[in-house]
Amino acid sequence: MSSLDPVLMSRVLTGLTLFVHIVLATIGVGIPVMLALAEWRGIHTGDGHYTLLARRWARGYVITVAVGVVTGTAIGLQLSLLWPTFMRVAGKAIALPLFLETFAFFVEAIFLGIYLYTWDRFKSKYTHLLLLIPVAIGASFSAIFITSMNAFMNQPQGFELVGGVFTNVNPFVAMFNPATPTKVSHVLASAYTTSAAALASIAAYSLLRGNKHTYFKKALKLTVISTFVFAVATVMIGDFSGKFLAKYQPEKLAAMEWHFETMKEAPLIYGGVLDENRDIKYALKIPYALSILAGNRPDTEVIGLNEFPEDEQPPLMIHYFFDLKVTNGVLLVAIPLLYMFRKWLPGKKAYPKWLLIGILALGPMALVAIWLGWFLAEVGRQPWILRGYMKVADAATTSPNVGWMLLLFILLYLVLSVSAIRVLTKLFRNKNAEEELAMLGLNSKGGSGQ
Amino acid sequence: MMSYELIGISVLWLFLYGYLIIASIDFGAGFFAFYARLTKQDHLINRLISRYLSPVWEITNVFFIFFYIGIVGFFPDTAYYYGSALLVPGSIAVILLAIRGSFYAFENYGSKKNIVYLFLYGATGLLIPASLSVALTLSEGGFIVKQGETVSLDYWALFTNPLSWSIVGLAIVSVLFISGSFLTFYASRAEDHSALKLMRNYALFWSTPTIILALTAFIYLGQHNERHFQNMMDLWWLLALSVAFFMIAMWLLYNGRRYGLAFICIMLQFFSAFFAYGIGQYPYILDPYITIQSSATSPSMGFALVVVFIGGLCLLIPSLILVFRLFLFDADYVKGKK
Repeated sequence: MSSLDPVLMSRVLTGLTLFVHIVLATIGVGIPVMLALAEWRGIHTGDGHYTLLARRWARGYVITVAVGVVTGTAIGLQLSLLWPTFMRVAGKAIALPLFLETFAFFVEAIFLGIYLYTWDRFKSKYTHLLLLIPVAIGASFSAIFITSMNAFMNQPQGFELVGGVFTNVNPFVAMFNPATPTKVSHVLASAYTTSAAALASIAAYSLLRGNKHTYFKKALKLTVISTFVFAVATVMIGDFSGKFLAKYQPEKLAAMEWHFETMKEAPLIYGGVLDENRDIKYALKIPYALSILAGNRPDTEVIGLNEFPEDEQPPLMIHYFFDLKVTNGVLLVAIPLLYMFRKWLPGKKAYPKWLLIGILALGPMALVAIWLGWFLAEVGRQPWILRGYMKVADAATTSPNVGWMLLLFILLYLVLSVSAIRVLTKLFRNKNAEEELAMLGLNSKGGSGQ
Repeated sequence: MMSYELIGISVLWLFLYGYLIIASIDFGAGFFAFYARLTKQDHLINRLISRYLSPVWEITNVFFIFFYIGIVGFFPDTAYYYGSALLVPGSIAVILLAIRGSFYAFENYGSKKNIVYLFLYGATGLLIPASLSVALTLSEGGFIVKQGETVSLDYWALFTNPLSWSIVGLAIVSVLFISGSFLTFYASRAEDHSALKLMRNYALFWSTPTIILALTAFIYLGQHNERHFQNMMDLWWLLALSVAFFMIAMWLLYNGRRYGLAFICIMLQFFSAFFAYGIGQYPYILDPYITIQSSATSPSMGFALVVVFIGGLCLLIPSLILVFRLFLFDADYVKGKK
């Protein structure tokens, strides 16, 4: 075990931790917004169903936050444990967003604690709802700061590198680098989408299991329409990201699209395979689309991968990540759209089974899109850890024990994931929504709430 | 005008102290909850513990992350030396923190009454302070070895040195002592007499090993790092103050009155000892490789961090006061009426 390459092991372990953490982080950012939406509707319309919805979501949310906090702690410490050289050099430029992130996290932690334990403590119902504002702001700002740090790794600026040491550092220029706006907005929008989609999946699952109560239909409507709105925003921002890449990281865009020769009127490649001569087979070619993606005009010149030295080219498999991610993105818009036009669909049922199955798939699809998006962004900047300045191989720890730690963490994440899923399913089974509705006297169709 | 690196280290030391207190309460509570279940006394204290811990456990964790990010931010060299040397103990600490954090949530919000979850929660409560205290031992020098560009940890030196073991021991018993006395105070506020009796016994019991191990660690420190020991001896009045606060706290606990004041005395006891230790270590962060001056980040970043820190405090302090008023000093909540 100890003879294995520490660089590779460090990469695998960091990737694994992020793979687990990103799910929880995404949910952590998005769910407070959905909670606020449901609770606000509950208070505003006096409909107790929505309030119950918020309560039930909040209960599950705590579990995901708890596991999210610990995986977040893990990645925070692993930055120094696995990449000490990187932190020593780049720490001088990126400490600010990291530090800011802890404050945002602090605010979120404090107010989430208060929110969860004060459902019936305030006279005005709005006071409790207001507690969600700092939770949502804290969560979103954590994402903003941490993403700006990642943007810096893709697009470093705001310093001079003299003999391996960062000098003349300007922390704000480093933080607000060209990659920050598109990355941050894409991360936020996709987090909101994924959370709404995951909750839509839960609602669809209840309806598929034969629960006919109007409570589930309201949940479905709220979550699916939210998914639609957020997904449209995500797709639009995704388009800006394409233009950003064309301008600032052309090698990533070129590798994503298997675009080897610099040319105008570049086609977009969907699917396909490469042979050993880098010829593309069985792919769907959409003429001009890549040029339009890169610069909004069919005659935009798109830089090809051949312009870059071979040891600085990202791996070509990211093409598949991109294709799959975009496919999921399109479905995340299309399925909610079908739901919104369900009355005009052929057939007599208001909620056809195939549509519910489609909605059930929204959550997993959004999640897969998140994973693919991060694989694409991170694998796509290989071999760099700090693009243009430091290669991954020079940044990792030299400790021979990384392999063993990798094993330990694999075990840990397995135990955590299995336990979390078990606890979450048990939580909702033990106290099912219909019993709770009955307990609160909310069984009437309108559900007046009092 | 203080330099930003001096502001930085003072603030971080203050936060580490904050973490020491609230994490001790948390870690100790986990152990007491488990121990009480084993000895079938859990009906006495579990409700009390979970009422206090539920709203604040996440905040505890943030204190730790805050300290860690702060030290790496102000002094990036620490990331390099400690990061390289601490891969194994650091990863183990992370795993323990992960088990503890998540199984606390599973036990409390998920399936109640799972003894395995409670065991994991209680046992990690003692192992985490032990593993985290290793970093303090390392800072004394002699355990981290640099050969060329490779930094590594000398495990043999670490495990055979009495200093490391006395620091580990001190960390564990202090956790139980701090936690026991805080929960005594909390039980007295809740007017929960049976819990008060039990917790007071725990607090009194753990006070003796705390003071003995503190002395032991101090003596071994003298043998290991003469400079640090001498600096601390020059600060003898801080150490004397620490002992005095300990005596007052013991007198109050023993006579069973003013538990709030007793806990404040214990906080001051640890505060003076902790700062005597920290000031004595100046200017080193890692003897002899990292000093505060040599490892400081660039002035512009240092300045930005100090500004952000002040802004952040303006946000944090009111929020923390709100939490305390809602959950700690609201008599009805503590008694379980809300």
